Amino acid sequence: MTGSASTGDRLLKPRVAMVLGWLTLVAVVVLALFGLWGAPPDEIQGDAQRLMYLHVPAAWVAYLAFAVTAISSALWLWRRTRSDVWDRVAGSSAELGVLFTALTLVLGALWGKPIWGVWWAWDARLVTTAVLFFLYLGYLALRRIPAAPETRAKRCAIAALIAFVDVPIVHFSVTWWRTLHQDGTVFNEELSAQIHGVMAFTLWFGVLAFTMVYLYLLDRRYRLMVLDEEREEREVAIAIEERVSADPNAPVTPTAPAGASR
Amino acid sequence: MLWREVLLVAGKDLRIEARSRVTLQQVLPFGLVVLLLFAFALDPDRGVLERVAPGLFWVTVLLASLLAVSRSYTIEADNGARDGLRLSGLDGPAIFLGKASAVAVQLLALEIVLAACVVVLYGVHLDTLVPLVLATLAATVGVAATGTLYGVLAAGLRVRETLVPLLVLPVVAPVLLGATRAWEAAIDGIPSDAWPWVGLLAVFAVLFTGVGMLAFGPLLEES
Repeated sequence: MTGSASTGDRLLKPRVAMVLGWLTLVAVVVLALFGLWGAPPDEIQGDAQRLMYLHVPAAWVAYLAFAVTAISSALWLWRRTRSDVWDRVAGSSAELGVLFTALTLVLGALWGKPIWGVWWAWDARLVTTAVLFFLYLGYLALRRIPAAPETRAKRCAIAALIAFVDVPIVHFSVTWWRTLHQDGTVFNEELSAQIHGVMAFTLWFGVLAFTMVYLYLLDRRYRLMVLDEEREEREVAIAIEERVSADPNAPVTPTAPAGASR
Repeated sequence: MLWREVLLVAGKDLRIEARSRVTLQQVLPFGLVVLLLFAFALDPDRGVLERVAPGLFWVTVLLASLLAVSRSYTIEADNGARDGLRLSGLDGPAIFLGKASAVAVQLLALEIVLAACVVVLYGVHLDTLVPLVLATLAATVGVAATGTLYGVLAAGLRVRETLVPLLVLPVVAPVLLGATRAWEAAIDGIPSDAWPWVGLLAVFAVLFTGVGMLAFGPLLEES
């Protein structure tokens, strides 16, 4: 995943990213075909059950993204592995995590309406996911506050780890509170999938396709972050040049980094 | 050594409160108004208030705790007080524990008054006191620790006042859940139902006090 991370400008080499992009597109199209036509309709739930092929992979990617955010935040905080790379990966991954959490909630609501008869139920996993959404929304708000890169990275890395520590407690407390959700179909305690054949294949393929989407978007978001930083640096350089050429005698004192006092 | 420093910081914050009386004269009345507004929203005659009183009480405490935390860092904002704290030579963990315990003490005082009002206004009977008091203590420590931790994270930011609630409330969601259930169980006279929640609250309090002690120093440096 860390391709040419030594330079830190890119996560994946441009060629690798392009190939991954095309493969991802193909995977998503194949998933759509299998999800809509390849897999048979569910005996009880009918066509509504097809939402599972999106809902479950989206939830998986959301958790994966938050785990990646936590790990890269820890790697940033650990002095021996400290690098801008980990800060950018943490930020990019958290954004994707929030996106896929929102997607999970919306897809779940769309699935719940025909099956449970309600958009929303106060079930343990739903509530945990909703809290997770707000936890990381706060993290993203914190990331948006400009400061010196080192300060911001440290602040965000610590916030990401606090949020991550809280997740099991939220999950635990909410589960005690109430549970009426069906048990996990694939990741249940016996770890034996209860669905078979084309349906199981489609679900697993969905997880694969969504993971590819995640990796591709992570690479793109990371690159965008690098370009943003470069643009900012260039703008500062131009502003200094303009100031100097307007009045060569004016002292160019380095003021506090933009927005540091925010 | 650590405890002396903790007492020093907590004493400073509490002395400032004793002289300025911001918590007493602003945060406490705020809590009382919220309790009153809940009664307007839920109409006391329908008998709903008594049933949901524990939840309303804890929501009120959480809202008030946001103000208490905000106040705890407002007093460090002027005259370079935060720089003074940084340069004081006190350890990060000690400052954290000091500030968190000052917030906790103020919250406890607030909770006693608010609980009395819940008894009087909502007609609740608080009988089984032991789990109730333990749950309250653990929840208060948890909320104070979390608030103090996020407070220093956002200290010095211009968006501090709007950011801290967004950061703190999702994190303390389990505290609201646990404290409310524990209170309900205690009020219903089923203490055995309250104990698991007291345990959860204690775990939360210990965990976030630990995280706060670790993270406070580095965060104070950057604020």
